[in-house]
Amino acid sequence: MNMTASIIFVGLFVFIALLGFAASRWQSGDLSQLHEWGLGGRRFGAWISWFLIGGDLYTAYTFIAVPALVFSVGAFGFFAIPFTVLAYPLTFSLLPRLWAVSQRHNFITASDFVRSRFDSPSLALVIAVTGIVATMPYIALQLVGIQVVIGALGFPNHGWAADLPLTIAFIVLAVFTYTSGLRAPAVIAVVKDLLVYVTVITVMIVVPMKMGGMHAIFAAIPQSKLLLTPPDGNSFGQYSSFITLALGSAFAVMLYPHALTALLSARSSDTLRRNWIFLPAYSLMLGFIALMGYFAFSAGLDKLPEFKSYFATYHAQFAVPGLLLHFFPPWFVGIGFAAVAIGALVPAAIMSIAAANLFTRNIYKEYINPDCTDAQESGMAKLISLLVKFGALLFIVLIPQQYAINLQLLGGILTLQILPSIATGLYTRWFDGKALLLGWAAGVGYGAWMVSTLSFKGSVYNLHVFGYTIAGYAGFYALLLNLTVAVIATAVIRAAGLDSKGDGTLAADYVS
Amino acid sequence: MNRISSANVHKLGPLQILLLAIPCVAVLIVPFYNRIEPALFGIPFLYWWLGIWAPLSSLFIALAYKTSSRATLK
Repeated sequence: MNMTASIIFVGLFVFIALLGFAASRWQSGDLSQLHEWGLGGRRFGAWISWFLIGGDLYTAYTFIAVPALVFSVGAFGFFAIPFTVLAYPLTFSLLPRLWAVSQRHNFITASDFVRSRFDSPSLALVIAVTGIVATMPYIALQLVGIQVVIGALGFPNHGWAADLPLTIAFIVLAVFTYTSGLRAPAVIAVVKDLLVYVTVITVMIVVPMKMGGMHAIFAAIPQSKLLLTPPDGNSFGQYSSFITLALGSAFAVMLYPHALTALLSARSSDTLRRNWIFLPAYSLMLGFIALMGYFAFSAGLDKLPEFKSYFATYHAQFAVPGLLLHFFPPWFVGIGFAAVAIGALVPAAIMSIAAANLFTRNIYKEYINPDCTDAQESGMAKLISLLVKFGALLFIVLIPQQYAINLQLLGGILTLQILPSIATGLYTRWFDGKALLLGWAAGVGYGAWMVSTLSFKGSVYNLHVFGYTIAGYAGFYALLLNLTVAVIATAVIRAAGLDSKGDGTLAADYVS
Repeated sequence: MNRISSANVHKLGPLQILLLAIPCVAVLIVPFYNRIEPALFGIPFLYWWLGIWAPLSSLFIALAYKTSSRATLK
């Protein structure tokens, strides 16, 4: 066991836990109100919003999985950069409108918005369920990040002893989320980002110096990995999958319930807009994180005898932990590993709050207890946030890790299918709720079918049209079908005069 | 604190949409940037081209933000 690294790791973890508990007193509000517990009272200013949104999108899993992809397949893994570069301009034009309308009508979730805009409880229910289902495996996946670093510290990686540290970490997370709500991840996100930035920037300076410069690192990567496969006679090579994956992920990323929770907690839409100017700093950081996959490959870490058993257990996911262990002293390894583990806690906390908000607002209050008091509503959300997390913990302890990864892929495809309802709804009321429901069903059905033909192991589907084989992101193809169905069905429903005209919002509600 | 003054109203016009579209197009033109040369400090073109668009996209979003608020203040 790596003593120095473990002590620093545990020390930072304890510090974070205390911070999480103390957070309930920060900008304190009445936590028996759902918008206080679940949205931090909508009082977060530009800096906290920046940390919260960033802490949300760049999870421990990103830290582990993106370099792992680059390590094993090369250039294709860099789709992560176009994905984040696309995400901010796209959402800059959409989401301040969602913030404005939500603030005026006290919407807590995207389903609240859809319910009011399209006057359609069934569409709202479908969106809430989609969000909850997509979020569950995502929370479970955060644990994978913690598992890898705990294993790399030298703790046992099999049996109950391996699950013990993970279980303790999760109980801590569950309790401080329960008591402090969204304030806890907001405060912790600041520390998490400091640790991540220090680790990433240090690795970017030290490793190239030790390896003889960027030139030497890139020279050790085979040509076939350095570039994307170009198109040939009847396919677009990796171009089409690279582009559709970047686009699809960019659309999906801000539709995840936890992203919307972080957004809606901002103080004003102007806070959000100013935020967007600085959010691309995270894109640069993600680019650096992706490069670490090449550092690890170039250093030949998987061929070193001391890492053999780790690569056998964790595969390419060991690239970043291995890089830290190989090039850095134990105290720095402790800091880097703590960054990964705390990087898991922040999004996991926000995700469980988001899922709890969805369940409470759009299922419990809508169908089970419509007359609930504010305190009952907030109490139910706290309880659900606990259940969701323990569900995720059981998932990861009892079921092979690969299932969580596969389900998370499917979750991304599902999340993308709520785009038409939300994005079009922010600008136009032309679409009909029933048509959007049909489009959603078509998209989800087609998306699930595509990944089932891939045995749920991947999300790049080969579409055959006019003798061409176009490899693309299944979620993107499903979204195209979804939109097509929604447009045609709306046209038919409107022509038949069967469209619902109800709309609980006014045009002026969206402007701010 | 939650009141929104009319001076802060932002609207996206053609100029703002163009400004926001530029970084998007830059990272989507894969056939253009899928090459090794010209390399920069040993970093192949593909990688430094994508890398510089992270800070550049910030700049374009800032321009879209500034121009949209100025337009409505008049």
